[in-house]
Amino acid sequence: MKDRTGYWKKNLRLLTILLSVWFIVSFGFGILFVDVLNTVRIGGFKLGFWFAQQGSIYVFIALIFIYVQRMNRLEKEYDLDE
Amino acid sequence: MDILSWTYLIVGITFALYIGIAIWSKAGSTKEFYVAGGGISPLANGMATAADWMSAASFISMAGLISFSGYDGSVYLMGWTGGYVLLALLLAPYLRKFGKFTVPAFIGDRYYSNTARTVAVVAALFVSFTYVAGQMRGVGVVFGRYLEPLLSSIEIFGLDNTGKGVVIGMVVVFFYAVIGGMKGITYTQVAQFCVLIFAFMVPAIFLSMMLVDSPIPQIGFGGKVADGSYLLDRLDGVLTELGFSAYTEGSRSTIDIFCITAALMLGTAGLPHVIVRFFTVPKVRDARKSAGYALAFIAILYTTAPAVAAFGMYNMLESIQNKEVSELPQWVSNWRETGLIAIQDKNSDGKVQYASDATQNELTIDKDIMVLANPEIAQLPNWVIGLVAAGGLAAALSTAAGLLLVISTSISHDLIKMQINPAISEKGELLAARAAAVGAVILAGYFGIHPPDYVAAVVALAFGLASASFFPALLMGIFSKKMNKEGAVSGMIAGLGLTLFYILKFKFGLFGGGGPEAYWFGVSPEGFGLFGTLINFVVAFCVSRLTPLPPEHISDLVEHIRVPKGAGQAMDH
Repeated sequence: MKDRTGYWKKNLRLLTILLSVWFIVSFGFGILFVDVLNTVRIGGFKLGFWFAQQGSIYVFIALIFIYVQRMNRLEKEYDLDE
Repeated sequence: MDILSWTYLIVGITFALYIGIAIWSKAGSTKEFYVAGGGISPLANGMATAADWMSAASFISMAGLISFSGYDGSVYLMGWTGGYVLLALLLAPYLRKFGKFTVPAFIGDRYYSNTARTVAVVAALFVSFTYVAGQMRGVGVVFGRYLEPLLSSIEIFGLDNTGKGVVIGMVVVFFYAVIGGMKGITYTQVAQFCVLIFAFMVPAIFLSMMLVDSPIPQIGFGGKVADGSYLLDRLDGVLTELGFSAYTEGSRSTIDIFCITAALMLGTAGLPHVIVRFFTVPKVRDARKSAGYALAFIAILYTTAPAVAAFGMYNMLESIQNKEVSELPQWVSNWRETGLIAIQDKNSDGKVQYASDATQNELTIDKDIMVLANPEIAQLPNWVIGLVAAGGLAAALSTAAGLLLVISTSISHDLIKMQINPAISEKGELLAARAAAVGAVILAGYFGIHPPDYVAAVVALAFGLASASFFPALLMGIFSKKMNKEGAVSGMIAGLGLTLFYILKFKFGLFGGGGPEAYWFGVSPEGFGLFGTLINFVVAFCVSRLTPLPPEHISDLVEHIRVPKGAGQAMDH
């Protein structure tokens, strides 16, 4: 069996990356920088408003499924899967 | 067939279905009662979680809330979805690996202390009761609105129609929560999810086709309306002209929006009735996947609701604003009869003026109209109206059942089995769980019939308390081996206490009360959970550094829950 610390460290790194994206799309694009993004338009949407009411939610779903897939791979690599 | 017959038929069929499922999936052991035997597939659990999560408020009120607040409504959309990322990444897989039945069980074991367990039980009961009172009220309101003639014709303890609706709701919940336990609730919630999502989407799709010529509301949201301008630009223009802030800009301060969104996200991740759903899947990897499915199912409604909100506001401005009172469309006069739309021609010009200035405004609209009136606005057949009624009931009942289960489990397992009488037999514990569920149903029904004045403030309270108590204790329990019982308990008490103080002060006028001008840092009570959470972390950290490290076996326990291998089934011991 490989080293469990390695598994945990890789998990923490993955978490940091994914949660940064989580923060940026919601609190960043949807709230803090919403006015700047609103100067950009995509069709009938102002971009900041779109992130706040649509885009952030789509990204949230993608983040969870990316985590699922990465962790499954990681667990196989470290022989920790069930 | 007329509206009423369709409503009876559809609501009747769905209720028969729920009760049928309950009888078929009767719980025979505590394990089935608490975690549905631990054998639910991630997909089914995802649907059940979505139904558990989406309450009467999400189904009936959220779109209207966004309609009248525009961009500010984003706090609910991001806040009530973003928490699932925290759940899936930081909590669900580890709590599933831990493999016990309840959230207080994790806190009690991880912090090797019955004090911690008791604090967690009290917090779980507090959060769940505040939340469930609103749900039972929701059941009563939906019944009262759609089955008014039926309710008026029967007599139950001399109650009003809403009260009778609550009693009927109690009987139905009683059936599948008390008999079926988590097993019954899970399969019923799967059915309820299908009913509620279908009922929400059908009118939304037709409305989108009618207004912006797109069958997908999420795309139609950014589409063009009849006069060739974009829907959102048109709303911005008309609303600013009437003296409101622009639809896509809103009026709350950035810091307030930030804090409310964060508090709702942290609260979502800390709500016991949501967390416990992830104990029902067979493996750790299933818990992660299941959270993903749950969010995807929730997002169907949560990405449609803002579109419905914009369609609703557009409809209202187009068909009511500055129109002759005598020439208003049929649906307006239908709903005027219920009192949900009120028109008062203050300047007697025979037209309706909608304005931000209260002295000139002639139109008052209940926010629930934005969902309830959709089938009529889109001129859909009568059966769609019956379907929407069944959808609203499914949303309210599924959430109420999930909460009642947490209440009964906290009492029968965390209090009786783990503390008062550890020698209780499996059969005795199951009986205690059912008795606790009966008690909880009755108490929740009582609060539904006699709602405390604070139903509107309940959301702030439940989420604030969940985020300030559970989220930090759970997170540190998994990610910090050094966190000890002294730290966790004092953190929970500090976070809970401060949040409770702030909400009681500014929502209920206790401790001297105060208006928005007195808010700390301009943060409204809904957003204060963020500060409660931070205080919990800080206090827990400081106290834990001044007190002894947790014993060796706790460090091993943390090591054990961090890796998925060997999760096995959810167990008692």
